[in-house]
Amino acid sequence: MNNEITTAELIAGTVKKRRAREKRLKLYGIAAVVAGVILVVILMASIVSLGYKAFWQSFIALDINFDPEVIAPGGIRDPDTLRQADYGLLVKRALKELFPDIRNRRQKRALYRLVSVGAPDVLRKMVMKDPDLIGTVKTVWLPAHSDVDMFMKGYINPDEPESQRRLKDFQLAWIQRLIHENRLEKRFNSLFFLSGDSREPELAGILGALMGSIYTIIITLLLSFPLAVAAAIYLEEFAPKKNFWVDLIEVNINNLAAIPSIVFGLLGLAVFLGFFGLPRSTPLVGGLVLALRTMPIIIIASRSALKAVPPWIRQAALGIGASKMQMITDHVLPLALPGMLTGTIIGLAQALGETAPLLMIGMVAFVVDIPKSFLDPATVLPVQIYLWADSAERGFVEKSAAAIIVLLLFMLIMNALAIVLRKRFERRW
Amino acid sequence: MQNIMKAENFPTKPASPGVQIKERRAADTTKIFEKEASRHTVGDFTVPDPRLTTRHVNVFYGDKQAIFDVNLDIAKTEVIALIGPSGCGKSTYLRCLNRMNDTIEICRVEGEIKLDEVDIYHDDIDPVVLRARVGMVFQKPNPFPKSIFDNVAYGPRIHGLTSSKSELEEIVEKALKRAGLWNEVKDRLDQPGTGLSGGQQQRLCIARAIAVNPEVLLMDEPCSALDPIATATIEQLIDELSRRYSIVIVTHSMQQAARVSHRTAYFHLGKLIEVGKTSQIFTNPRHPLTEDYITGRFG
Repeated sequence: MNNEITTAELIAGTVKKRRAREKRLKLYGIAAVVAGVILVVILMASIVSLGYKAFWQSFIALDINFDPEVIAPGGIRDPDTLRQADYGLLVKRALKELFPDIRNRRQKRALYRLVSVGAPDVLRKMVMKDPDLIGTVKTVWLPAHSDVDMFMKGYINPDEPESQRRLKDFQLAWIQRLIHENRLEKRFNSLFFLSGDSREPELAGILGALMGSIYTIIITLLLSFPLAVAAAIYLEEFAPKKNFWVDLIEVNINNLAAIPSIVFGLLGLAVFLGFFGLPRSTPLVGGLVLALRTMPIIIIASRSALKAVPPWIRQAALGIGASKMQMITDHVLPLALPGMLTGTIIGLAQALGETAPLLMIGMVAFVVDIPKSFLDPATVLPVQIYLWADSAERGFVEKSAAAIIVLLLFMLIMNALAIVLRKRFERRW
Repeated sequence: MQNIMKAENFPTKPASPGVQIKERRAADTTKIFEKEASRHTVGDFTVPDPRLTTRHVNVFYGDKQAIFDVNLDIAKTEVIALIGPSGCGKSTYLRCLNRMNDTIEICRVEGEIKLDEVDIYHDDIDPVVLRARVGMVFQKPNPFPKSIFDNVAYGPRIHGLTSSKSELEEIVEKALKRAGLWNEVKDRLDQPGTGLSGGQQQRLCIARAIAVNPEVLLMDEPCSALDPIATATIEQLIDELSRRYSIVIVTHSMQQAARVSHRTAYFHLGKLIEVGKTSQIFTNPRHPLTEDYITGRFG
């Protein structure tokens, strides 16, 4: 009798301790989650607060006189003439018209520098697209120089001594006048989404890198997904168990998934560029390298997805006389596909964010043109971010933040797509 | 041979209290007959005009032998129940009959198993074809995560039994009717088979198996996951199906074996101890191990 009471009391004594331990563990967990969330919020806030400004940029409205004498002397309007015309002159004339009292050559040069060096290109494109503009006068919003943009965004402090500013007092006066005349304002920066890289921050766009990333990821997906799924199916369903070679392959696949990615870049450099002589800096080679990087991840995920298919599904299929292949394609694969897709997306997201291996195969090059095929020189989003973050100009800081936003959005879209696909294939059993 | 098996040859002490006798007898007979039974099965294991004949079947899992020299015939329209304690090899034996053991890498089958006079372990025999002729129903209802229609239609589809959709629909309807499920599901054939109740799922699995018109139906404890009402429905179904097919049923329930089967085979530690008419096995078992098992002394 006495003993029983002591037992109950003993248990009661430990319960308090156990409860306390449980509570403590729960608190640790909550603290960890909260810390994680706070860090993510800080990260996102700092990127977005910096990056969103790049989506708006300063433009200057100029009354451009599309003088036929400058653009198409003698009335010849063939594309070559139109392309080679001196559009810079049109910009200069329009600026001179706005500020007619500037005679000083040094000041004149400063005046022209209010507008981006890419402004003539904007005009050229307009005329090439619509030659009827020739002979008319039109107000055109042209990108302002990065320095003007930086001032508009508050990065240049007018209270600092003039010698320490990139914009002098007289330039600031012009800017004030332009603002006053509603000729200088921040507008949505469509250039950022429509152009490739540039040395001038105000002209640099993300489209080149975005297209490069898309082309690269397509190659990666097309190569790694089928190969990895086939490998996983073979290893899981057909390969003999407890075989030395199978074990060796398995160990190697697991190791490959853990190898630093730059090693894959070296391999790409040696094999794809060196041995096969494929064109460097292209999405094709980038995709090949990233496919190698991604494959082990997809193989591992696919194998565990196959393992998770309950054995009685296989038995049911075999029991009715399905061949092994029919069992796999009709029953096992549909059930394993959601898991395989999850692994693929994780792998692709990693590939999308990969920089190091691409540096090795020359995708770090300065590429102005937007790649139009798998064989055009290209760069990818993370490398573009790296390049911009490395640039000296102040204007590139917000560009890199904006590029990060684009990269994250790209990943978000990819993940959403994967979730939609997975939901479609997911079945209860 | 036969006279050794007779009860008078076993040492009993009439004077001792009943319980003691039973305990002693169980222990003694186990010792004596473990060796003896490896060579001889009590009762006549042959039938006239058999569907399946199995001779000297030995099954090994790696180095471990699971089935010892089993000889058994299965008639063309009958229900034969395989009973015995857990791990006695009755499921393993069952899985030899449609070569499901092939899927287990370490499993090796020796001996001769003939379906309609043809050795099913011959190199020319494709297990895919064999399994269409020898259908199987598993312990746990295992419908595919597809619609009821697709579950039943899967077999006919992969074996190319039909050429048109209407023909396929006919087959599905017939199979579901034979499985006694048609009235319950005819309005929702497009719904997932996994949404049915346990008993319905098992009948769906039976419909799936008989949709390819097999000659033999193997059932591995088909009712062990079902409630008594669903069990009764399945048992009635087995009774009806036995007019068409040979049915081999593994069961842990001796009442079930007594209810549904025409013949019963008792397995013990991988050996076929006794086989005979169900009525004889349950009322007058000849081998003491069988008697001990059916009277509930062990198992």
